[in-house]
Amino acid sequence: MAEDGINSFMTGPDEAGRFGIFGGRFVSETLMPLILELEERYTFAKTDPSFWAEMEDLWKHYVGRPSPLYFAERMTTHLGGAKIYMKRDELNHTGAHKINNVLGQIILARRMGKTRIIAETGAGQHGVATATVCAKFGLKCVVYMGAHDVERQAPNVFRMRLLGAEVVPVTSGRGTLKDAMNDALRDWVTNVRDTFYCIGTVAGPHPYPAMVRDFQSVIGREVRWQLAEQEGEGRLPDTVIAAIGGGSNAMGLFYPFLDDPSVKIIGVEAGGKGVDDRMQHCASLTGGRPGVLHGNRTYLLQDADGQILEGFSISAGLDYPGIGPEHAWLHDTGRAQYVSITDTEALEAFQLCCKLEGIIPALEPSHALAHVMKIAPKLPKDHIIVMNMCGRGDKDIFTVAKHLGFDMKV
Amino acid sequence: MTRIDATFQRLKAEGKKAFVSYIMAGDPDAETSFAVMKGLPEAGVDIIELGMPFTDPMADGPTIQLAGQRALEAGQTLERTLQMVRDFRKADDTTPIVGIDGLIVVDLPPEEDSELCLPAKAAGLNFIRLATPTTDAKRLPTVLQNTSGFVYYVSITGITGAAAAQAADVAPEVARIKASTDLPVIVGFGIRTPETAKAIAGVADGCVVGSAIVKMIEQKRSVADILAFVRGLADGAHRA
Repeated sequence: MAEDGINSFMTGPDEAGRFGIFGGRFVSETLMPLILELEERYTFAKTDPSFWAEMEDLWKHYVGRPSPLYFAERMTTHLGGAKIYMKRDELNHTGAHKINNVLGQIILARRMGKTRIIAETGAGQHGVATATVCAKFGLKCVVYMGAHDVERQAPNVFRMRLLGAEVVPVTSGRGTLKDAMNDALRDWVTNVRDTFYCIGTVAGPHPYPAMVRDFQSVIGREVRWQLAEQEGEGRLPDTVIAAIGGGSNAMGLFYPFLDDPSVKIIGVEAGGKGVDDRMQHCASLTGGRPGVLHGNRTYLLQDADGQILEGFSISAGLDYPGIGPEHAWLHDTGRAQYVSITDTEALEAFQLCCKLEGIIPALEPSHALAHVMKIAPKLPKDHIIVMNMCGRGDKDIFTVAKHLGFDMKV
Repeated sequence: MTRIDATFQRLKAEGKKAFVSYIMAGDPDAETSFAVMKGLPEAGVDIIELGMPFTDPMADGPTIQLAGQRALEAGQTLERTLQMVRDFRKADDTTPIVGIDGLIVVDLPPEEDSELCLPAKAAGLNFIRLATPTTDAKRLPTVLQNTSGFVYYVSITGITGAAAAQAADVAPEVARIKASTDLPVIVGFGIRTPETAKAIAGVADGCVVGSAIVKMIEQKRSVADILAFVRGLADGAHRA
């Protein structure tokens, strides 16, 4: 888009793994040779038809792709403006978009001869997806999960254990996704020779942000042809919206539309109790500034000394003080807009979606839906919004019940 | 020439190995931390490695993670750490301090040199790079290229305070690095006793002890006890 002097938003990252000033490879020397090998292997796999044939086959028969693009008629009528479509990635095997990426990484790990897989998880969705694919391929799986999240996402912890994974509760920090990622990186540096670190979001050292985005981009690619099928050849969405913790479901939806200037792109961060100086939120783009954490430079919640601040969100999957570096770059270039939604707004959207559409959404996409509820009424009826329903809400019913004052004890 | 370079020159002339000790600035509080730091040269420490606490230290094991948390909870900031060094320098202008006279930034590989490593060198600071068991022959020249002061060889694949270092494993690795550089090679990670300090220093130009000392601070041992322990380690390394 000429106004920024940028011809394409889809060519990043550069050779150093940068999106503008963001991204990069900030890891210890022990991991560097492996990171470079991973980059080499991924670059090869990316253009290897046999790699993608294996992916396509598993996406279709194991995950259940393509996921439907669903016209949310009652939600549309209720809001009285734009036409709302939901990309139903919550219908994937394991109940979220996470498995799209996990399959790619595990196939790569197998091709690299790695026998042990580690992962970090927040809400548990990435952990469950990783445990699932490891079970399918008979690989040893260790999942790091913040102790606080182990408590608020108990059903997913049990799922992972059923699937044969070892779940390690992480007590450092406040015991959330950030701390789980620290400990996963510490495990990796210790067991670097046989272990593959399956990162669940578009963060971490290069090539992870690009690799995870590429695996998740199946979401946006499907939306392109599915919408054309339902709305007519060449019809693109006018607005695409997704929730952002690290930002993998959002990158997956956004990426195939980056070079379509007519498509407005909106990322929704977790506003927690409100984005202000109390820092009771996880909106790194709105309330943070650039710094280095977990192998990449990006917007982070931090103090004047660069110490990382603990975020806050009702949604364990969005409870992360950073954001994928490509989002940081899309924010700075103005190609995408980033907003925040509070816990209260997300809870309202959660309930409305249950009642109007018969879909129990996860708390993460409830944030995206809450923003749809804000903007749709003011938009014309021929305006098409596609929001990413990236996960189902079964895992969240206990949290929601608690907030709504409903006693779950039987 | 930095204080680090000068110290290695002196040690070489004396035929001695270097003993480097790590402490976390501000752990458990500014006062105790400064008292320990002041006593280190007298206890036989040739080079002090002074850590700046960080909320998310990914290369560190639980001992040093906790040290960082204690220091931050006690209100440690970058400015306080710099003040601590200014105070130290009032009485000691020769003992090198890694973190001040030279930098170790664990998560900054040579691929990211342009922002910090090269400006630091231009400003007359050493930039001390880590080499690890996974740094193969192909990669070693890249790692050594902008390294100065000394090369810090990480004895294990892992985090600080974890597995024990084995002199027999370390010796050929140090020899491999020394064949490619004239810089001193100092070995750290997994050294906690005077015996290991002696064994490891014996196959290198010196050794670093961190977690074992920090552990004593965690156990609230007296400054005198901590310095006596450090002296034992330093004697071990110097006997090599």
